[in-house]
Amino acid sequence: MTQQFLLYPLLWQLFLSIVLMFAWRHIQIQKIISIVGSAIGVGLSVALFYEVWQNGTLVVQAASWKAPFGISFVGDMLAATLVLLTSIAGLAVSSYSAASLIPARLRFGYFSIFHFLILGLTGAFLTGDIFNLYVWFEIIIISSFVLITLGGEKAQIEGAVKYFTLNFLASIIFLTAIAVLYGLAGSLNMADLAILIPQIENRGLVEVAAILFLVAFGIKSAVFPLYFWLPASYHTPPSAIAAIFGGLLTKVGVYALIRFFSLMFVEDVLLDQILMVIAILTLISGGLGAMVQTNVRKVFSYLIICHIGFMIAGLAMFTELAIAGAVFYLIHDIVVKTNLFMISGLIYRIKGSNRFKELGGIYKEYPKLSLMMIIPMFSLIGVPPLSGFWPKISLIIASFDTQSYFILAAVIFASFITLVVVAKLWAEVFWKDPDKFPKKNHFLYFKKMTLARKLQMILPILMLTGVSLYLGFGAENIQQLSIRITSELMNTDFYINAVLPNN
Amino acid sequence: MLLAILIGFFAALSQLLFGKFMKGKLSILLSLVPLALFIFFVQYIPAIAAGEIVTVKHTWVSSFGVDLDLKLDGLALLFSLMITGIGTLVFIYTSAYLKNHPMLDRFYGYLFIFMAAMLGLVLSDNFLAMFIFWELTSISSFFLIGFNNTNPDSRKSALTALSITGIGGLLFLAGGLLLGEVTGTYQISQMISQNELLVNHSLYVLIVALIFGAAFTKSAQFPFHFWLPGAMKAPTPVSTYLHSATMVKAGIYLLFRLSPVLGNSDFWNNTLLIVGGITMLYAAFHTLFRTDLKGILAYSTIAALGILTFLIGLGTKESFIAAAVFILVHALYKATLFLMTGAIDLYTGTRDVTKLSGLHKVMLPIAIAGGLAAISNAGIPPSIGFIGKDLIYESTLHFKHNAILLTTLAILTNILIGYAGYVAGVKPFLGRTPTGLEKVTFPHPAIWIPPVILGVLGFVFGLFPSLVEASLIKPIVATTGVDTSDIHIKLWHGFNTVLGLSAITIISGIALYFIWKPNATKRYFIQRFDKLSPKFIIETLADWFESFSDLWTRIFQNGYLRNYITVIVVFLISLVAFTLLNNTTYQIDYSSFSKLTIYEVVSLCILILAIGFAVFTKSRLAAVAATGVMGYSICLFFVFYSAPDLAMTQFAIDTLTVILFVLVLYKLPRYLNLSDYKTRIKDGVIAIAFGGLISILALEVLAQPQNNEISAYYAENAYVLAHGKNVVNVILVDFRGIDTMVEISVLAIAAIGVFGLLKLRLKSEERKQQ
Repeated sequence: MTQQFLLYPLLWQLFLSIVLMFAWRHIQIQKIISIVGSAIGVGLSVALFYEVWQNGTLVVQAASWKAPFGISFVGDMLAATLVLLTSIAGLAVSSYSAASLIPARLRFGYFSIFHFLILGLTGAFLTGDIFNLYVWFEIIIISSFVLITLGGEKAQIEGAVKYFTLNFLASIIFLTAIAVLYGLAGSLNMADLAILIPQIENRGLVEVAAILFLVAFGIKSAVFPLYFWLPASYHTPPSAIAAIFGGLLTKVGVYALIRFFSLMFVEDVLLDQILMVIAILTLISGGLGAMVQTNVRKVFSYLIICHIGFMIAGLAMFTELAIAGAVFYLIHDIVVKTNLFMISGLIYRIKGSNRFKELGGIYKEYPKLSLMMIIPMFSLIGVPPLSGFWPKISLIIASFDTQSYFILAAVIFASFITLVVVAKLWAEVFWKDPDKFPKKNHFLYFKKMTLARKLQMILPILMLTGVSLYLGFGAENIQQLSIRITSELMNTDFYINAVLPNN
Repeated sequence: MLLAILIGFFAALSQLLFGKFMKGKLSILLSLVPLALFIFFVQYIPAIAAGEIVTVKHTWVSSFGVDLDLKLDGLALLFSLMITGIGTLVFIYTSAYLKNHPMLDRFYGYLFIFMAAMLGLVLSDNFLAMFIFWELTSISSFFLIGFNNTNPDSRKSALTALSITGIGGLLFLAGGLLLGEVTGTYQISQMISQNELLVNHSLYVLIVALIFGAAFTKSAQFPFHFWLPGAMKAPTPVSTYLHSATMVKAGIYLLFRLSPVLGNSDFWNNTLLIVGGITMLYAAFHTLFRTDLKGILAYSTIAALGILTFLIGLGTKESFIAAAVFILVHALYKATLFLMTGAIDLYTGTRDVTKLSGLHKVMLPIAIAGGLAAISNAGIPPSIGFIGKDLIYESTLHFKHNAILLTTLAILTNILIGYAGYVAGVKPFLGRTPTGLEKVTFPHPAIWIPPVILGVLGFVFGLFPSLVEASLIKPIVATTGVDTSDIHIKLWHGFNTVLGLSAITIISGIALYFIWKPNATKRYFIQRFDKLSPKFIIETLADWFESFSDLWTRIFQNGYLRNYITVIVVFLISLVAFTLLNNTTYQIDYSSFSKLTIYEVVSLCILILAIGFAVFTKSRLAAVAATGVMGYSICLFFVFYSAPDLAMTQFAIDTLTVILFVLVLYKLPRYLNLSDYKTRIKDGVIAIAFGGLISILALEVLAQPQNNEISAYYAENAYVLAHGKNVVNVILVDFRGIDTMVEISVLAIAAIGVFGLLKLRLKSEERKQQ
């Protein structure tokens, strides 16, 4: 039964989390389990991806309760791709964590929680049930909350409180939306809802439900004006943690938006207009925010917000090309943002700071590492032919097709700001001569690390850089994948028939 | 041919790996790469001269229409030869100019990337592939301008140049995609046949504006020109190669290329004429006030680019011939002048013309090169510059409108450019050698040979114009789609108006040179007008923009959690209220409600009282107790509506919460009243609005017909299929068992988190370790 492939990535992460709890105090064993386990996780995700690519959508009905009565897990192309990317990012961050985090944090269940987070993300991508999605979101929130607070620094707690409060607010809104929708449609199964929602007579209430979902996922994906939790919290935890957050937390919100608004709430004009305004303002606000930051991680944080706008813009225009652009951007963004936060951590290791005024001269000291670090940054800008460039073609053409010239302007504006911001960052962090700052006592600088540990930090960055390069130079394949995902998303019958074969 | 492009990238990559070994004397060997490429392109001259066009196709990202369709025609050949030819000389020159520089390997790496990208740009027939290479030239230019990266001015200039050309690149992309949308192809050669369709298309103006944005920024046209003088912070080989001979001509190349596609309209021609005209005069005028050799050359380069834009704007066959010749003329003499400047700078340590004189005694070959270049620059026969200038005048004189005005503009510009050439190419070498410069070492051969070669070439082509006529000029003009059989480029045209104008230009230029001496006073004079310059205005706008960004970010991200929550809730309320008011009919059916009982009324009163008490009390303990009362009243409602299990749960949770709260109460800081009266009213209104909306929403949803299929299934099958007597339990552990399992995990994670928060205290040295 190949259907079971669907559950392996999920169960494997749960298994890892539990096993890791048993090795509570044995950090070395935990490191090995986590890294090897993550590598196996990648293998399982590749198997899932391959299976879906070859044979189409996989569906598992939990405990064999046929849909819509039980909980369905659905692995379509989009979900399989995101699960694969999650596992790749997970492997990179797992190795990076092992090298960069202090033992004190690892002794308090770091790796276990980390795999719970991956579990939550994987579950969110695979579930075909809206309440079950809520539950996976719970896992994501609680484990990310624990990861932010782990260590108990004052700044961490402050960031964590803001993070948790606002995300919890999102969960409440999400739950309210589920309640409203259940009241209207009487089902929780996404495929079933896709059939039922168009039949509901009171369109006004359906729209309200859609807006509640929009706001809930809007907070998660950090769009304007709901993004506050992100800049408030992403610079506080260690870089390894910020890396997995930066790469995946907001993207799960974007995923939910794409899923909900392509499968269940389709062809709603008002909603598209709201999304369009949100996209434009997100692109602008994120860009403006990044302009004025003087801390590497804060710059990247605002750029996350800015670039969420690209994906929302694609969703708002809602043509095949636009969605394909959004999907391609999503794939690119997960890899590159994870990598950038790891890079910010590497910069921190080298210089002991992430603030511009305390940085400089890295290019002189480590020319090759610097070149390695600039590749993801160029991908981020969308320097052709790297990965960030290609989806913009789709988005720009789609904006012409739909005559959304404001989106066009915002896309160009955001791309330009990204270029300026990254160039400024490069000049400040890599080019300029560093001012003399006293070396920190008891700080393990990169230079003094053992070769093995250095490699453990660099290899994950190198790996994701390689993936980024592939996404850029192999853009043909990725675009084919994006087009296939888009066609699955746009033909909702495809999803519905997979989950409810007798319908 | 693809290999010709890729070889540069491979060479750059090999610099990364083997750069260490090539830093020393071996570095001159690197110039073999551009030399080989030059020879490679020279081979194509006969074919191109015979009117052939060489095309090679490679598929790449076909789903985006991006394929490497390479096309070598006259225009591409001229640029390829310039890129590789001048490239070879610049590579040789660099090996001596940056001898023993610790970062020489990187420098060559960037140069290789640039060369490859520039070749790709001119060889691509596919618009998007061209864009890719276009961007790469901007990026390599960024690294080369900022090569002396510890100098803040270099960094600033690099950023300015990248910003200006970067925005241009994005406009290029948008324009190219739109062009592709309208014509249905990204192949420039296929767009030519659609010229008429394009010119009459409703989006024509937008397309042209986007393309102009790209070309004007790249080719430093007014008002975007100012990045180019800044770019002179780069080492001189870079200024020679990128910022005068090749990269800045990419915009010109684009305009030339697209003339048959987008040209033949008043909007196209007039805009180019006006922008080109302003640029050439403005920049040429500025050369009068500069004392830095590179500054003078930068402005005269901008003026030359202005002339080219202007010529393309004329859009006649004559003007295209003039443009084709002038591209070559300018590349030859300007590269010579830059190389010469670099030599002077390297050996004397200054580039200030007021301090330089009499250098012919110490660096004769450089002086010869400078002289030759100045002559060609001024358009004195028998140099090719003379031919170039004649062709320009011919094309303006024969233009259908305003011929006199346009010719006057061209003459004025040429006089000033001629003046600049004398100042740069002649003045440093004539007169008395100042003390301190007498003992300057004689330049290295790699320094003086390249400029001499380029200077001499200007005369060879001038004396024998047939060398370039059939091989380059005719095929180039042919790319614009006109008949080229009657083109004859000659040095001597006989006595005519053009010759007279030429004479006036040359004599006025020389006269100006003797009358107007560059000095610091003049430089200060022009600096007083800086506040009116595009550079100042754009930089001020950028500053304002940054302040605005700061303000915008501070307004939204102000650090207060309460404000964040307010914004989110207000956003939600307005969206929901808008939809509710717009779309729904209030169809709440009051008759379906069950009758109010006395128990419910009493519980409700208790609930409201408790809420009021919690809000208005001054004591934290009382507020906590009041929330407990709220919870219990809700429990009562559950009991009334026959949900004892929910009531039990709610009761347990509320009790626990109150107990926990009381336990930590004494650990908390004093109860402070932080908000004033107005804030409280505002918060109160928001809270009531939110609560009210949700209530309305709930009532409306309840009024909708219910779909009970799923709950009915649970009720029916809980015992039959799942063998459980309690439906709720069966749902929790079987029908939706996964939910429960995950929620249990949530608890486990929370437990670990609490444990960490309580137990983990980082030591001071661990704090900053991450």
